[in-house]
Amino acid sequence: MSTDPSTSSAAAAEEKSNKRKSKKPKYSRFTQQELPAWQPILTPRWVITIFTLIALVFIPVGLAAFSASQSVVEVEYEYDTACIPDSYKDNATAYIKDDNTNKTCTQKLSIKSKMQAPIFVYYQLDNFYQNHRRYVKSRSDEQLRTKDKENDVSSCSPEDYVTINNKSEPIVPCGLIAWSLFNDTYKIQNKDKEVVINKTNIAWASDRTTKFGSDVYPKNFQASGLIGGAKLDPTKPLSEQEDLIVWMRTAALPKFRKLYGKIETDLEANDEIVVVIENNYNTYEFGGKKSLVLSTATWIGGRNNFLGIAYVVIGSMSLLLALGFLLLYILKPRPLGDPTYLSWNKNPGGLR
Amino acid sequence: MLDVKLRRLFTLLSNVLGIGIEPVLVNLSKGHAVESFPLLKEGQVGQGQGQEQGQGTPMDSHRRSHSNSLLPFEICENSKPHHHHHHHHRSRSRFKSGQFDDGFYVHEAIARSVYINDPKRTNENYEFTGNEIRTSSYTLLTFLPKNLFIQFHRVAYLYFLAIAALNQLPPLAVFGRTASLFPLLFVLCVTAIKDGYEDWRKHRSDRFENNRECLVLQEHGNFRPKKWKRIQAGDVVKISTDEMIPADIVLLGTSDQSGIAYIQTMNLDGESNLKTRFARQETVTAVTSESCGVTGVIRCEKPNRNIYEFAANMEFNGNKIPLNQSNIVLRGCVLKNTDWLIGVVVCAGQETKAMLNSAAAPPKRSKLEIYMNRETGWLSIFLFVMCSAVALGTAVWLVRHKQQLETLPYYRKTYLNLGPHFGEVYRYYGIPMEILFSFLSSVIVFQIMIPISLYITMELVRVGQSYFMVEDMDMHDSSCGLRFQCRSFNINEDLGQIRYIFSDKTGTLTENKMEFRKASVFGKNYESSIPVPPVKSKRRWKLKSEIPIDYDLMTLLQKEEDPSSEERVAAHDFFITLTACNTVIPVVNGSRPSKEDDGVVNIDYQGESPDEQALVSAASAYGYTLFERTSGHVVVDKNGEKIRLEVLGMHEFDSVRKRMSVVIRFPDNAVKVLVKGADTSMLSILANDKDSVWHGTQTHLNEYSLEGLRTLVLASRDLSEEELQAWQSAYAEASTALYDRATKLRHAASLIECKLKLLGATGIEDRLQEGVPDTIECLRQAGIKVWVLTGDKQETAISIGVSCKLLTPDMHKIIINANSEAHCRDLLVEAKARYGVRPSGKGHGNGKCKTIADLGKEEDEEDTAPMALIIDGTSLVYILEKEAESELFDLATACRVVICCRVAPLQKAGIVNLIKSRTDDMTLAIGDGANDVSMIQMADVGVGICGQEGRQAVMASDFAMGQFRFLRKLLLVHGHWNYQRLGYLVLYNFYRNAVFVFMLFWYILCSAFSTTSALTEWSCVLYSVIYTSIPTVIVGVMDKDLSQKTLLQYPKLYGAGHRQEAYNIRLFWLTMIDTLWQSLVVFLIPVLTYQNSSMDIWSLGSLWTIAIVILVTVHLAMDVNGWILIMHVAVWGSIFITYGCLIVLDSIPLLPNYWTIYHLACSPTYWTTILLVTVVALLPRFACKVASQILWPSDIQIAREVEAISKEHGDW
Repeated sequence: MSTDPSTSSAAAAEEKSNKRKSKKPKYSRFTQQELPAWQPILTPRWVITIFTLIALVFIPVGLAAFSASQSVVEVEYEYDTACIPDSYKDNATAYIKDDNTNKTCTQKLSIKSKMQAPIFVYYQLDNFYQNHRRYVKSRSDEQLRTKDKENDVSSCSPEDYVTINNKSEPIVPCGLIAWSLFNDTYKIQNKDKEVVINKTNIAWASDRTTKFGSDVYPKNFQASGLIGGAKLDPTKPLSEQEDLIVWMRTAALPKFRKLYGKIETDLEANDEIVVVIENNYNTYEFGGKKSLVLSTATWIGGRNNFLGIAYVVIGSMSLLLALGFLLLYILKPRPLGDPTYLSWNKNPGGLR
Repeated sequence: MLDVKLRRLFTLLSNVLGIGIEPVLVNLSKGHAVESFPLLKEGQVGQGQGQEQGQGTPMDSHRRSHSNSLLPFEICENSKPHHHHHHHHRSRSRFKSGQFDDGFYVHEAIARSVYINDPKRTNENYEFTGNEIRTSSYTLLTFLPKNLFIQFHRVAYLYFLAIAALNQLPPLAVFGRTASLFPLLFVLCVTAIKDGYEDWRKHRSDRFENNRECLVLQEHGNFRPKKWKRIQAGDVVKISTDEMIPADIVLLGTSDQSGIAYIQTMNLDGESNLKTRFARQETVTAVTSESCGVTGVIRCEKPNRNIYEFAANMEFNGNKIPLNQSNIVLRGCVLKNTDWLIGVVVCAGQETKAMLNSAAAPPKRSKLEIYMNRETGWLSIFLFVMCSAVALGTAVWLVRHKQQLETLPYYRKTYLNLGPHFGEVYRYYGIPMEILFSFLSSVIVFQIMIPISLYITMELVRVGQSYFMVEDMDMHDSSCGLRFQCRSFNINEDLGQIRYIFSDKTGTLTENKMEFRKASVFGKNYESSIPVPPVKSKRRWKLKSEIPIDYDLMTLLQKEEDPSSEERVAAHDFFITLTACNTVIPVVNGSRPSKEDDGVVNIDYQGESPDEQALVSAASAYGYTLFERTSGHVVVDKNGEKIRLEVLGMHEFDSVRKRMSVVIRFPDNAVKVLVKGADTSMLSILANDKDSVWHGTQTHLNEYSLEGLRTLVLASRDLSEEELQAWQSAYAEASTALYDRATKLRHAASLIECKLKLLGATGIEDRLQEGVPDTIECLRQAGIKVWVLTGDKQETAISIGVSCKLLTPDMHKIIINANSEAHCRDLLVEAKARYGVRPSGKGHGNGKCKTIADLGKEEDEEDTAPMALIIDGTSLVYILEKEAESELFDLATACRVVICCRVAPLQKAGIVNLIKSRTDDMTLAIGDGANDVSMIQMADVGVGICGQEGRQAVMASDFAMGQFRFLRKLLLVHGHWNYQRLGYLVLYNFYRNAVFVFMLFWYILCSAFSTTSALTEWSCVLYSVIYTSIPTVIVGVMDKDLSQKTLLQYPKLYGAGHRQEAYNIRLFWLTMIDTLWQSLVVFLIPVLTYQNSSMDIWSLGSLWTIAIVILVTVHLAMDVNGWILIMHVAVWGSIFITYGCLIVLDSIPLLPNYWTIYHLACSPTYWTTILLVTVVALLPRFACKVASQILWPSDIQIAREVEAISKEHGDW
């Protein structure tokens, strides 16, 4: 039984609201759902136009991207195995961990075609999961930014405090990311002349000016226990530690490049350059690879044919689809709004 | 809740049908006869021990209320508890409840004892509830805990909570604390604010209610005003005219000598006409307008919610007086046409029947939502598979790197620096636990795979859709100013898939505005079809409606010569009977009739039966105006001459006699009995021995029936003095009898209701509502089967069927009228054989899987043999819930039209259930009266017509409207739109969330299975809440595949809903395949583009965020059918909003993603990648869409093209 739930006043209120509700709805195109609407119909003309348009945009863009990518000169040299002396070939980890071994490694690279300045020097690591959840989170952005937040290391475990004189001191910069800072160094000589690798302005300006504090100095960093990587100059504020800043923009994928520096002179074709590598960074323990990359850049970035090829392929496919649909319309035309295709006409015994 | 109710209904139904029953006719408000099941109550008692007797079915009690019995015979009957098994079934039907076995020896412990005018003593032993009411559910203090408790009853919130809780565990903290709690808090807050506001309004209205004032008899013996909330059981209250009744009170006396009070029960049952209530004669004399000398004790049943029953007795002056429903006035009613009444409060506050009835109707769930839940199950499986894959990957990875975990720079399971924790393990719990944690944290990351937000989105969209339905001018009933009402927000889309409509007849197909059309007086037919102005302007009465009168009949009545001719007398008696033999109350507007300014006084007839009102109005048009009625006399104005008729006794309409009679003493001392009743019950008690009058009337009755008129037969008899005395003594004895009062009264009636002189018959027309035939034709074209379920006679039902184009001449009519189960079965089997109906072979078990092909075949069959099945209620008794049911189902579904006549309310529900339980088809029930409530609640969609019959049907319905013809627009236009919109919305939401989760999944495979997300945690959270939600809702509310003109022009387009074109499992899987492709594209293209670059995780994450938002938005844009400005704003705006959010997030230096977007925006590669992602991801979908539109166009597609072409030609 469902009678009106409320008595008197509630009922009176409802009565009132009923009256209000029962006012005749006002006409407006909106409330009557009669607003003028553009109803896209996929007519043959539209379909072919759309596909052709895609082709017309994609193929030129693809070609441009492809040629830009082709114009990039890139020299990639993987040195992780090459820089292990023959005597340590079977025991690379021991070699890299031993403080007494000579880590300097001199390699020759040939430049195939002319590289115009600026030439970007990258180091490339492979099988290094900078995107591992434990790793990505192991940093303290507050500590990096302001001096007062030095003790803000809660998110940095297990690289948070060190005990110095029986006192727990926070590590600045704390966390696994900073701790594992890459510490191979490169020197390049061309025709026995030192090629200058400019290591300033390799990090984002925004990071340098805002994100990393100019009053935050490294403290207790790599002080004791297991050393993860590079040490930092405690006299320079974090905002000037550009290698650290670059490293702390963690990579998205296990194979990644990071900017090492820029060469501001051209390298000619057939130049034989000599690279002196201080091979310090331990990737041998987990089978990571290390490479040195020299690359010029265009509007598309470094050398990557994917974008260009993908654009050309998609453009061509659209062209084919346009042709295909054109054929379909010619071979099996269906007049727009043809009632013979209606379900009740196809099946005359159907609904009445 | 719904289940419980349905189960109860079924139990009732089976109880009713399980016992050998005798259908009994009861009077209806509509004045026609309907079979009812008197055993209903018993079924209920047997089941529920009467504790919930009021909760049963409203319709039977509603019906009973119309008998409006003056006599408390129920109690008398019940006073023989040991004999009731031997009783006639009918008397058992009146059985009240276990707790009230004996009306006179009520157990003190069970009954409420109310001492009249002694509230202290009343509340001495047991404190009764005060009259303060509380409809609000919270107080300031309890709001928070209680609201949260209620909110967390929803499964969705529990899921949110579980995910948020998981995220708080240190090893699983995938998101930051705030980010993970954000969605839950957001939803909780919004709901809490909404609930709080509603509750505040309830508080306000409660306060208003509780502080009303009312006159209460004080100790000093005078009436003083008192606040409602201070009133207690036992208080004596005085109510003046037009005041509201503060509690349930037993009448002690009124301003009327005979103790009559007129009340309006609008607030209770929505019926606007006046009802009469009586004070017991014993107490009336003890009450004056200023005092109340009644003392005594009332023992009544415990508070219950049945507003049509009341059982109690009163101890007064040493007598026990039985009280029944006609002696009680319920809270919320308004006193009318009575100067004052005095009564004693028996139930107050929360215990009043009005308050006990405030339970809301159980919610229904739409079919689409049920399917959606099935697919949500699939999504859960996907979620499980993905989480397992991550866990498995973790296991393999951990085992392979087991030796390196200590020093691995990106894992480092121990503290190796010389710090306070040196050598301790850091967040590493062993490989098995790590695997488990990896599984759980991937559940957190992938949580939106289960589209919880979809439920909120759907609610929003449905509210929007309801707004448009309510605002629709075409569904506004201008004649009574009623808008369309959406009472249920859960089943909008079901309107697009209706296959069966079960319609009531009276008030639904017809207007339920009775019009006196024809009269057969003394064997002669008079038609009042031509309006003739009144010959003489002697009429001083103005009626609300003008009735066309028949000139011949008028002349006959006004013939001066030969006033004693047989025909003339019969005509006179005919109209006297029409005027006197009814329960109509004349309400004279404004001043008393003595004030004759212009000689015309407005008069309004109030009555419970529209038929009686029509008859009285008609009589008035012929010069016989009823203008005063009390329990003792009737005053009739006969062309200006006032005739006072003394009413010696009245035998009310009852279901056995099917007639009503009144004994009248004329001013000249002649005594007559005037009878009116159904033809079947009248023709057997006539004195006329098949003379010309008898034959003429009989012929006319048949003609009237065929025309669809409702007929009544009138007869009278002069009573001799002996007969009168014999009757009077029998009547007096019967009406004071304590036991068997009903039987004795019936016996008394039989003394005078015999050898009657036939006066004639009346034909009342209940006109078809406007547009009914067109609507039915249109619905049929749409593939909807319309069944009519009516309480009317078979002939009337068929004639209405013909006039509303349900039945056409070319149809084979199969009529099933049978009196036994075997006979029914034979008829069904024979009909099936004759018309070649194959047994569908669908039992209860596999009946639900009807394929589209099956449907097509069935329709073929229909085409060859259009059949109509007409079946009556008696036959249905033998069929429903019996073995023959499946035969009926086969036959009925093969027929184009089914008309069920003389069906009882519960049978209506039974028929709906016949279809509902055996097929997967959607059913819609539409009706206007209380007798339709059961079917409205049983059907998938219940539509109530706000008609003449009160609001019971509306209160039980999901949608309510003014006219049957609105059904056409409701189903064909709004139903179609709602279904298309919501079907797409669900698929799109599945896609939108899944493509995001898949993308995250692919990335996790590249991050050593460590559940890293490249997207910032805020982007993950905001993705479904802000980035992509607005266009979803806007398109879900406003997208329009076809204009309403086209939809109405081609009703067959409705078939899209029947074929489940907008949402089905095939579409789900296609969407999922597409989703997989799109997620791969959106993941791989940026990875390949930036494979040899110094791209950092936040930049790539930012790229993915934008790419996926643009992708899903363009995907949506591609599927929009009709672009209007607001959609452009929503769709393209949401991309800008996303950019805005990213800019804000990337401008916070403390987030690692600081300044990312600015860097990216400078790079052309970034933009070319986004373009590539969007095009590559959507290309297959677009190509497939184009191809399918060329090769396999859907009906909707073709109609869209037709629309576009005609628009181009400018003739739209």
